[in-house]
Amino acid sequence: MLEFNPQLIVFFLFAILTLGGALGVVTNRNLIHGAIYLIISLFGGAGLFVLLSAPFLAAVQVLVYIGAIAILIIFAVMLTRSMTSMRELYNRQWWISAVVAVLLFGLLVLGVIGPVWVADEEASQPVSDLVATTQDLGVALVDGNQYVLPFEIASLLLTAAMIGAIVIAREDD
Amino acid sequence: MIPLWMYLIVAAAVFAIGVYGVLARRNAVAILMSVELMLSAVNINLVAFWRYLTPQNMSGQVFAAFVFVVAAAEAAVGLAIVISIYRSRRSVVVEDVNLLKG
Repeated sequence: MLEFNPQLIVFFLFAILTLGGALGVVTNRNLIHGAIYLIISLFGGAGLFVLLSAPFLAAVQVLVYIGAIAILIIFAVMLTRSMTSMRELYNRQWWISAVVAVLLFGLLVLGVIGPVWVADEEASQPVSDLVATTQDLGVALVDGNQYVLPFEIASLLLTAAMIGAIVIAREDD
Repeated sequence: MIPLWMYLIVAAAVFAIGVYGVLARRNAVAILMSVELMLSAVNINLVAFWRYLTPQNMSGQVFAAFVFVVAAAEAAVGLAIVISIYRSRRSVVVEDVNLLKG
């Protein structure tokens, strides 16, 4: 059913990066190492975006997630010295959490992915090879009939969140 | 092309790992990193469904872009709160922040 082609190899490479990085984030005691695993995982996600023909989102993933959020997390780890002060990695309910996570994964596979999986080979392929480009995305974001209002609200949300973050983190004297 | 369910399996697995991290870790920064993992998994799902079901309609990619915005806002505010808590309590362990516990 699955023919062996370069695309599949690249997919598995990025899938392994994504999953291995995610496992590294939740199991690593040292938070700096955890942040580096997070970067690896997000990089794998960017590769999956490229495979899904969304190059702009892949660039945004690298710039915003890896370039900004992961670096912000590393700064927070350094500012709070939280990697040296940990006595135990997990809390007392860690095994309940593991059961919940496994159950959630099983539920997602059975309920959402199962119907797509059992569908015939035809149905699990894209409906069309014509794909919207980055230009279409840009037009959709500023078109008055499409997403210009959510776009403006998102920028307002970012401004409010940044001001709020500065106010919360400021040293009050 | 690669069938859709393979992307969905990867995204579901990353999301479940993120849920485990949020529920089980004690360090607030690690919990925030797990939340980022979950948001990234949601993005993979959104873009995969966009590519396979509605590749000419931009809503999938636009939603993924908004998830990026919300993730950035969440990370900034969350880390500011963590730094603020560390300043007043000298700890980033979530069990030490129990002021509202009855």
